[in-house]
Amino acid sequence: MQEFLQQVLSGIASGGIYASLALALVLIYNAMGLVNFAQGEMAMFATFLAFTLIGRGMDYWIALPLTIAIAFVGGIVIQRVVIRPVERAPVLTLVIVTLGLATLINGLAGFFFGYLPRLFPSPFSVQTIDIFGAAASWQDLGVIAVSGVVLVLVFLMLQRTTVGLAMRAAAHNPEASRLLGIRVSWMLALGWGLASAVGAVSGIMVAPILYLEPNMMQTVIIYAFAAAVLGGIESPLGAVIGGLIVGVTVNLAGTYLPGVGGDLQLAVAFAIIIAVLVIRPNGLLGRRAMRRA
Amino acid sequence: MRFVGRAPRRYWLIALGVIVFAGLPTQVTSFQSLEWAEVLIFAIVIMGLNLLVGYSGQISLGHGAFMAVGAYTTAILVHRYHVDYLLTIPIAGLLTGLVGFFLGIPALRLSPLYLALATFALAVITPSLIKRPENLTQGTQGILLAPQQPPDWASSLFAGVTGGPAMTSDQWLYYLCFIVAAALFWVAWNIVRRRPGRALMAIRDGEVAAAASGVNVAGYKTLAFGLSAFYAGVAGALYALATGFVSPDTFPVSLSFQLLVGAVIGGLGSIAGPLFGGIFTFWLPIISSQFVQTQDWIPDQVASVFKNAGPAVTYGALLILIMIFAPNGLVGLILSAYARLRSRLRGVGERTTGQLPPDPQTI
Amino acid sequence: MALLELDGVRAGYGQTRVLHGVSMSVGDGDVVALLGANGAGKTTTLRAITGGVRWDGIINFGGRSLRRATTEAIVRMGIAHVPEGRGVLTELTVEENLRLGAYLRRDGGGVAKDYDRVFGYFPILRERRKLSASTLSGGEQQMLALARALLMRPKLLLLDEPSLGLAPLVVRSIFEIIRAVNESDRVAVLLVEQNARIALELSSRAYVLEVGRVAVEGESATLKNQESVRRSYLGY
Repeated sequence: MQEFLQQVLSGIASGGIYASLALALVLIYNAMGLVNFAQGEMAMFATFLAFTLIGRGMDYWIALPLTIAIAFVGGIVIQRVVIRPVERAPVLTLVIVTLGLATLINGLAGFFFGYLPRLFPSPFSVQTIDIFGAAASWQDLGVIAVSGVVLVLVFLMLQRTTVGLAMRAAAHNPEASRLLGIRVSWMLALGWGLASAVGAVSGIMVAPILYLEPNMMQTVIIYAFAAAVLGGIESPLGAVIGGLIVGVTVNLAGTYLPGVGGDLQLAVAFAIIIAVLVIRPNGLLGRRAMRRA
Repeated sequence: MRFVGRAPRRYWLIALGVIVFAGLPTQVTSFQSLEWAEVLIFAIVIMGLNLLVGYSGQISLGHGAFMAVGAYTTAILVHRYHVDYLLTIPIAGLLTGLVGFFLGIPALRLSPLYLALATFALAVITPSLIKRPENLTQGTQGILLAPQQPPDWASSLFAGVTGGPAMTSDQWLYYLCFIVAAALFWVAWNIVRRRPGRALMAIRDGEVAAAASGVNVAGYKTLAFGLSAFYAGVAGALYALATGFVSPDTFPVSLSFQLLVGAVIGGLGSIAGPLFGGIFTFWLPIISSQFVQTQDWIPDQVASVFKNAGPAVTYGALLILIMIFAPNGLVGLILSAYARLRSRLRGVGERTTGQLPPDPQTI
Repeated sequence: MALLELDGVRAGYGQTRVLHGVSMSVGDGDVVALLGANGAGKTTTLRAITGGVRWDGIINFGGRSLRRATTEAIVRMGIAHVPEGRGVLTELTVEENLRLGAYLRRDGGGVAKDYDRVFGYFPILRERRKLSASTLSGGEQQMLALARALLMRPKLLLLDEPSLGLAPLVVRSIFEIIRAVNESDRVAVLLVEQNARIALELSSRAYVLEVGRVAVEGESATLKNQESVRRSYLGY
């Protein structure tokens, strides 16, 4: 029972990481009906920036918000430079462009930072405290806290601010939004910035666990895909719930199912994606399956 | 002779292409013909990908994984069960096609994005999956195959025609790939010209309209995906035979990306495109990692980017630039340049082919 | 000088031409009706004004050319366009829709007053302000769209078939409110309508479009009483 609780807790911690990246995917999906295959690589690159800043002696708690800010600007720049020229192109073109972006960022990271796996510092100690008889590590609790704060901030921004309102309007109905004077294209860019920032958090949170290297996010993005599909690809709340479910399920499957250890945990994510497609394509909270068929 | 004289220009081009590729091994070394065999193998997968992406408007990021299925089918059958290697090629194709078919059933009912997601996930987990049944796949170690020797008739035919030494194993494998590629290109050409091709393109250009005019949308999409996987499976089988070695690391995620890049660069929705795509997919990594280093005229800084970043940067940048500036790929560029030239010479325009699907959303 | 001027405006979708040279003008504080059969180009005219369709010719608003302006910029100049189908954002709540109407406003006090005013016109919206806009009936959505447009404090209001699909009583009250707003704020109105009778009652001038051209123009009171115009263009 103790082990079970422990596994659930660390599953929630991973789930928070997947939820952040899944939320980033959902933000861009909502803005332009597109799955951003470069989301993980963007997060990875931001994590390398944080790594560099910390390596230069910057305090972790200054480097974290600074990196998020840089990622935000970077997301906007990417939308303006790379995505906007094909904004009105078929979704297939957009998908291919994001794949190109993923490959490009991966290669650039290899060029600037090398392929050597690096130990990323964690501000949280590896010591444990006792919660209901389970030994919870500060590391897990810290990840849960940071992811939780970030997710709440994003929700507040989207739901309570005028900019958030305009972003939602632009995503749902660009034509009507233009007639209200909303600069739709900039709202899409803001969406990219926000997604990039949220994704960066997931990268920085996962790096101490996985070792930092250019391919670090390749597995995480699969879990995030599973989370987003499970939650309903257009529902931000669904992404968070999906992320937590995927995190806990994968962790438990890895612990209790024979043969599903290590890299095969990823197959659980794949199975979740396929199962959702077969059983409930709209996901848990999605109102309809992907548009722009 | 009058018939030949009146044959459309593209038949001349096809004839030229066949002659060039058939004569290639007589002009290059045995090892180089093996490299060109790999070019043809890539061309086959990309042809399959092109049927899917260019003609039916679906997207797969898992064709590297499908190649792995085909390659391992052949490797296991030849190595463990001593099945005749020629026989394993269609078996590998059919098995892979079946895998694609079953993966397509849930994913294809929905938007192309779901297929992209599912196939991407497949591409990521395939290397891990392959490692598991170790007694079958020999795990991370991989399977080594002995080179296939040419049959006597081919060997003597080759020696008779060229008047030189007997055919090497590498040359035989090249011809095997050449024959299979030619056959599969011919099949693809016939599919896209006829009813199934028109149905697929109708689906690509608007599912609702296609369904309304009586096209079985789900059926054709699943069929296209299965067929596309079949091509990848055959290519995988040939790859195992040509290189004589398969391991989980032979089929990383990046392979699937490279294949998609090849399809896009060659030109989606065109029959000649995949050939360019194959050439590109095979030679770009080699050129960007080796060739560039040896060229003095390229500045050191640029060369070191290529060396350290590998082909990924080139691939990524090319993919983006092509989608923005030349969404119809190389073939599209050539055709539009040709059309422009013609219209300047004669004052008439010509229809260009190989269009990406138009966006139903933008009016 | 007229507030809005169109001269020889041609527009269409892709290869299809819809407008073949439309010329018209709307004066400051005027209510102008734009009438015509289905497919005559009424909606396209409005869309051309707010940049929703490619056009050439001349469109000036307040003396400035709209040639190169984006939709957002045109709206920021003071044109509120209630499009065909009302443009209500059904994924948002009623209140959020109204907040978007005031999106461009920076005068907090004025906005608060305007909220009171539109809630005075449409009390039902105050009751339902926490609900999703998708739960509103067609008439209520039309009210929401109009209220949202009024919160924009426009100089010119473009209305595309505000009566479409609504019960006659509701239409009557909506038109009363349009008249009230026009009279109290001197907001100019360009009104596209199928329902010619009620549009001519409200407007001072009217244009009748026929296959992308202005076929008839004049004082509404005159057109209303011209037997021939009524028969051939207005169908009542």
